[in-house]
Amino acid sequence: MRALLLLLVALTAHADDRRSGRDTMSPALRTLQADDAQHPAQLALALGRDLWAQGSKSCASCHGEPEKLRGAATRYPAFDKGLIDLPGRIQRCRVRHQQQPAWAPEAEPLLALTALVAQQSRGLPVAPPKGPELDAAASKGQQLYNARAGALNLSCAQCHDERAGLRLGGSLIPQAHVDDYPVYRLEWQSLGSLQRRLRGCLSGVRAQVPAWDSAELLALEVYLARRSAGMTMQPPGVRP
Amino acid sequence: MATRAVISIPAAIKANEAFEVRATVAHAMETGYRSSDEGARLPRDLVRRFECRLDGELVFAADLFAAISANPYVSFWMRVGKAGELRFSWRGDNGFEHFETRTLNVT
Repeated sequence: MRALLLLLVALTAHADDRRSGRDTMSPALRTLQADDAQHPAQLALALGRDLWAQGSKSCASCHGEPEKLRGAATRYPAFDKGLIDLPGRIQRCRVRHQQQPAWAPEAEPLLALTALVAQQSRGLPVAPPKGPELDAAASKGQQLYNARAGALNLSCAQCHDERAGLRLGGSLIPQAHVDDYPVYRLEWQSLGSLQRRLRGCLSGVRAQVPAWDSAELLALEVYLARRSAGMTMQPPGVRP
Repeated sequence: MATRAVISIPAAIKANEAFEVRATVAHAMETGYRSSDEGARLPRDLVRRFECRLDGELVFAADLFAAISANPYVSFWMRVGKAGELRFSWRGDNGFEHFETRTLNVT
């Protein structure tokens, strides 16, 4: 009996209390994300599909239909001669294999293709890969996550771990899971990548904002992916 | 980049039964009140009017203003007695114009 009770306690202690940002939004926003015909990213997804088939050396000429990339987005950021996230992989494909100039960070076509590829992994769990370089990046990312930064002297953890579920001004502080990126943020009125989100937070605490694709941002991305490992993805997301 | 619009209409429509039409067009809807990172005022650029016509007859129209978000999304219900063609138009500042047509399959 005692053993059973202990087991029960142990089980409840290990219950997953992680909650995706999409489950803490208002019902109206949840509907917006759940219904493809209302989803504000539908224009971007349509553009992504156009771009996918465009040009003599199109994405489709190597990868086939976008649906074939089901599961690809769950495995980023990855290590392939350097840390690389999903938009980074698309850029690399464009430069190396399509011999086209790289897009600017957060360029509309880049986000559209990222959203299209990420969309194929809907319903799958976040499954970040392992490896010595990724492990090192994850521990660096964890360090950054817990380090105070900026004039407000706040760490990511102070809001998103310790105060998740409370309010900052009028808005709910989410647990900062990365299961829906890229997201269409209503405040941005456009799609945005995880790096944009991180840079926004860092500028919010008035810290020096790391450059696009810098080691700091990628390390944070690796750590956050592990922090959200196993959670169901529903990209592209909608966020307030 | 070419203007894009996404319109959703049920694939099969029953005569005299209400159905929902949803339309969104890619547009920045710049209010004219914002400034760029460099401090310069961003000029106003809005979609001003949305119209939907069934075989030439106006069935739905909306005037849009600065408070409406980017990629304006309009949804409305309608009922038809017979098959026809829906023509959507968006018109706005700086000569912005976009047209789409969709055929209604009425059973």
